This record gives sequence, C-alpha cells and structure tokens, in this order.
Amino acid sequence: MSERTLIKGGHLIDPANSRNDFFDLLIENGKIQTIERPGQIPVHPGTQAIDATGSIVSPGFVDMHTHLREPGFEHKETIETGTHSAMVGGYTSIACMANTNPINDNAFVTTYILERAKSRGHVKVYPVGAITKGLQGEELAEIGSMINAGCVAISDDGICVMNAYLMRKALDYSRAFDIPVLVHAEDENLVGKGVINEGIQSTVLGLRGIPAEAEEIIVARDIALAAHTKAKLHICHISSASSIELVRRAKNEGLSVTCEVTPHHLHLTELDIGLYNTNCRCRPPLRTLKDVEACRLALGDGTIDCIATDHAPHSPEEKEVVFENAANGIIGMETALPLGIDLVKKGYLTLYQLIERLSSSPAKILGIEAGSLSEGKPADLVIFNPEQKYTYSKEMIHSKSRNSPFVGWNLTGRVERTLLDGRTIFLEKNY
Amino acid sequence: MNSLIPDVHLLGCEGLSKQTITTILSLAQFYRNKSDEGERFQLLNGMTVANLFFEPSTRTRTSFEIAAQRLGAQVVNFSSQGSSTSKGETVTDTAKNIEAMDPSILVIRHSSSGIPHLLAKCVKIPILNAGDGFHEHPSQALLDLLTIQQSKTNVQGKKILIVGDIAHSRVARSNIYALNTMGAQVTVCGPPTLIPPFPEKLGVQVEIQLEKALPTADVIMMLRIQFERQSAMQIPSKGEYAKFWGLNERTIRNIKEDAIIMHPGPLNRGVEISPAVADGPYSVILNQVKNGVAVRMALINLYSRAPLPQEWFEAEKRSSHV
Repeated sequence: MSERTLIKGGHLIDPANSRNDFFDLLIENGKIQTIERPGQIPVHPGTQAIDATGSIVSPGFVDMHTHLREPGFEHKETIETGTHSAMVGGYTSIACMANTNPINDNAFVTTYILERAKSRGHVKVYPVGAITKGLQGEELAEIGSMINAGCVAISDDGICVMNAYLMRKALDYSRAFDIPVLVHAEDENLVGKGVINEGIQSTVLGLRGIPAEAEEIIVARDIALAAHTKAKLHICHISSASSIELVRRAKNEGLSVTCEVTPHHLHLTELDIGLYNTNCRCRPPLRTLKDVEACRLALGDGTIDCIATDHAPHSPEEKEVVFENAANGIIGMETALPLGIDLVKKGYLTLYQLIERLSSSPAKILGIEAGSLSEGKPADLVIFNPEQKYTYSKEMIHSKSRNSPFVGWNLTGRVERTLLDGRTIFLEKNY
Repeated sequence: MNSLIPDVHLLGCEGLSKQTITTILSLAQFYRNKSDEGERFQLLNGMTVANLFFEPSTRTRTSFEIAAQRLGAQVVNFSSQGSSTSKGETVTDTAKNIEAMDPSILVIRHSSSGIPHLLAKCVKIPILNAGDGFHEHPSQALLDLLTIQQSKTNVQGKKILIVGDIAHSRVARSNIYALNTMGAQVTVCGPPTLIPPFPEKLGVQVEIQLEKALPTADVIMMLRIQFERQSAMQIPSKGEYAKFWGLNERTIRNIKEDAIIMHPGPLNRGVEISPAVADGPYSVILNQVKNGVAVRMALINLYSRAPLPQEWFEAEKRSSHV
C-alpha cells in the first residue's frame, strides 16, 4: 500500500516552477505526485493530511556552504548534529566543506562522509572536495575521483588558493567534470595577522585589520581566470561592495560567475563586534554599513545568486577566549530564514525571491536535484510561518555549538515543519 | 569604602568621564606631593595587589609595585612570558585562580588587545588594565595628563602632538581618549604606514611631516618605535625613521619655547629621540616616571575601594562645594 500525504491550504512558493499561489500538494511514496489548486485533489482513505493554512509551503532550502566538522572535529559538530540544525532551519540539502580532519581531498573521505550522512544524517549531504591536496595550495587534489565518489563541487574554503597558476589549472581541470569551483577570496598577504575588518573598529579596538582589498583582488583575479578558462566560478561569502561590483560586471559580460552571501554579512557590521565579541569574528570579516547595504541590494537584484550560511560551529573553548585567538566562524542554518524574512520586510527582495535565493538558485549552482517542487521529484519541502515572532535564545539552538551573534535578537518567521522524501523530519513543537 | 569612581574596573580611557579623570589626577597630585616629602601610607594595610604580567615589563610593573607598597599593601607578582600565541583560556584560568586567593585588585598586562575585557566578564574583583595589546594603556595616559597639567597648568585647549607608531600604540590610544575628554587638541604624526585607517574616529588630526607639526605643539609626545613588532615592510630602517620622524637638535629648532617633550619609555636613543633632546631642557621624561607612581597609587586606592586619605578627601569636598 502506498503512503500518501496531502499538504493543503498553504501558499506555495516554488520559484523553480514559477509557482506563487495557493496550491495543494499530494505526496506519494516520498515523491511529489500532484500539485493542484486548493480542493482539487481527491482524498483517498488513509491519506495523511497536513493543514498548511496560513503558512508558506516551499522547496526545502539548500545550503551550499556549511561546515559539518566530521570527521575530526566532532567536539564542534557532527554530521548528525549539523544536519539536525539544518532541518530545524528548513534545509533539506546541504553541502559541506572539505576542511575536516582528515581533509576531504580524496575519495575515501568523501565516501566516509556520505556513509555517515546516510546512517546518521537527517538531511541530504553533498560533500565539497578540496581543490588542492591537504588544502596546501600546492598540488591539485584527485578531483575526478572525489566527484565520482559523490562530491558536487571543489573548494579550499577557509584558505585562499594564492598561487594564480594553480588556480588557473584548477579552473581548467574542473571543466572536465562540469563542476563549480567555490573560492575563498582573500589575499593571504593582505590578511596577514588581521582579525577584523580594517576600519573604524580595528582602529578603536587596537586589533590588526583585514582590508576589503584582500577580497577584491582575488575576486578580480579569479574572474580574469574564469574568463580565460570558461570554468564555473563561484565566489563564496562575498562581503565587500567593490567585490560585488566586479561580479556584476563579470555577469554583464556573460561569464559563468556566481556568488553567495552569508546572513551575517547581510545583517552585521564591524561595529557589532562591540568590545571584542568573538561570536562576530569570521572570515571574511564583518565590514561596513556600506558593504552590508551593497550585499542586500545585490541579493535583491540577483547579482548575488544565493544565501549560504557558512555555518561554522566552534566550541566555547575556541570562542570564549581573547579575540586574537578566537576561531573564525558563525553558525547560521537555524536563523537564515528569519534573517532573510527581515530583508523581505525591509523591501530588499520579495518572499518569492528570498525562497529562490535559499533553494533553487544554490541547487542550480551545485547542479543537484533539489530546490524545486516538481511532480515526480523527491518531496523535500518546508512549511513555515513568515509572521511568527520570537526572541532567539541559546536554548533554541540545535547545533552542537552555540556561536551565534544573533542570540537575543527578535526574529520573525519560523519553520513549522520540514519534510524529506515525503516524511516529516522536523515538527516545531508549538504546532 | 569610597565610591568616587563609578566603574568597577579601569579597562581603558575610552568612556572615562571628565569627572573621573579629574578625581584621579587630583588624588595623584596629592600623592605626588606627599611622596616628594617622603610620606608613606597605610590605607591598604592588609590588602593585596596582584600584578599579572603576561608580557615582559619592568617599568610599569615596578611602578605599580612601588605604588602598592607606598599605600601599605602587599604585592604579589605573577609574570609569564605569554607569547601572542598563548591561549586565552589559560589567562582566564590564571586570573580566576589568582582571584580565588582573594587579592583586592588585579593589575593586568597582556600582549593581546581585549584581555582585560575578557577577564572582566569572569572575575569580580577590580581590574586595572596595565596595557593590552595595542588597545589601551590607561595608567600611562593618566600619568601623561598629570605631567602636562603640572607643566601647563591645564590640559584644556592645549595642542598635543603624538609622534610615532600610532597604529600599534596603546599609549597613543589611551592618551587620545583622555586628552580629548579633557579638551586638548590632538594631532598624530608618523609614517603613513603606521597611521591607523580611521584617525578621525579617534578624534585626532593627522600631519605626516614632522617639521610642519612641531612649531604649534605645546606638548610633543614621542612614542617608542617598537622594532620588535615592526618589519621592514613598514619602516625601511631605524636610520631612515630617525631622519624623518626623530627628534634631534635640528628638528627641535622651531618648537615653541615653552613646549615640553615627553616619552613613555623605554627610549630608543638615537632613533625617535636623540640623547641631547631626551636629556635636554624641554624633556620632562623623568617627571613622567615619578608621576607614574603617584597616578598608580591613586588608581589602586580608588579602584580597590580602600579608605581615602582624609586630608585629600576633606580638601576635595571643600573644593567641590565652592
């Protein structure tokens, strides 16, 4: 006997299929069977009904940039806890970066991650392989083998590939497998020992600064290399107004260049560091109001393709220390939706666009089957209330780590239910 | 118990009110006068001042130690060659351990900016910041203010020139905050590689050419060029630095007749300041050192909430009622 679930009464937003209206949705055996106008789907006995009246139904979100820390840093996060955090945030497909221990620079580690994800994971996990062996920036990793094992992209995230020759070869090589190259764009020489944006706050706090040019130089370099190689270049966590301009120009020239922005670069500036709040320490660093505004506008006009959280869990021992020694990174999957809704309320983009930036757009960049609600495809979806207000507290965090600068914020918009292959994997207890 | 100071800790000069600075300087001047007369105090009898120095320091640590002893306090010194890579958690643990031994006040020096702010979250006893990274060094700035006040009667309206590595100087930052609060006009001068990106945010003007900045200054404050923190990517050589930003008989030719020349020490003789200028008539460097002890006596006394000297307190009450 087949398993049927009917989601009815909800406002369905599915940018991949240009749907933005009231629809009912029938799921059968984990796949989307039918999408029809409200009341049009006949209800067979034994069909489970989910009332989504007053809520938004959308494809499960896709986070193309997370750190699940397993293998090697299980004290920060595991594939189990990280994917738990994902489903609470409405994510059903996430990509995880290669800076584990051992590093995901070979097919064995890729296979290990996928096996762990299969046995312990709550959502679909797509590993990102390293560009270079050991993230050392010296030799290409076995990219083809990793792709065969299940990697969907390559990145040395966290470290910039400083050797332009090697970067050019990596872009060239990536074309053999038609995968995007996700770049961490920060010139290491300009970063130096910097820990925050070079600007007002570095001046006031007496901390070494990282100038915005560190990012802009590498963005410009890699766009030039992408123009030459015709590879798929994707800029991770773009943060500076001038970098965004470079991407805008590249897109106008028809290059295959995409980029992502994190929720923290959309909502925080260097001033939020206050007196040494290490939960605001990240790479690239939080920048100025002008940069935040540029990120928001670019997310709205599509220059920035998607929101990616760069979910980077760290333990208290790594964060509750002096700023200079604190680890870089912010957790983000559980707050990405409400922070995005805030931008909708402020008028930077529509809810439809927000969902596109959270689902179909990143899925398209990674080339994975996700981020859409199409008949015959897996029923990975999220039901959320865009109006629910609450104060975000530490107790609400499901990630193993608590390094969020958004604790204490008043947020609007909350995931009610997340479904993966037609099964409810997360149900907010207030519903 | 005294409650003349509203804050528990002295973490920096940023945000210190004019009233607080005035009170500190007044008590420091009192202690300076009394120290010159050879008088000693027992106000902190039975109390312990803990010096936690995670970075090598002779002058500041000794100055705090002598200040504590002149007030009758016991001093314990904890020093560790904490390198910049030493982990923060060790520092918090050390501070908590020292706190468990019940000292009255902690004096902390560390090579990382923000350490006192981190410790202020986990210990309850008052903290005096004796220098954190290149963030702040408030007791140095306060002793500099006392020195300026003694030479110039008043800090208000005076033109102060700070010369050297502004970007990496905690002495500069603390001085800038305190001087601005007290109504001075501050100009900073140095090679462009050593000027921080937003000097206007600190409330200062910038003049790159030393010879242009010198003639109008009432106070010339030279900073130690810390070659241990610099590399040849920022300054080509000591010799070139001395030539363009050093004080010597030639460069001081156009300074005001009543200008004073200060230096927080230790001196790089022949680099930022020539021996003849350091030991010459404009120099008040040794007076700064004397004032250092007096200012630290005032700080320990006020922040430890120990009883205040009656003589000063009565005079202070009278003057504030006038």
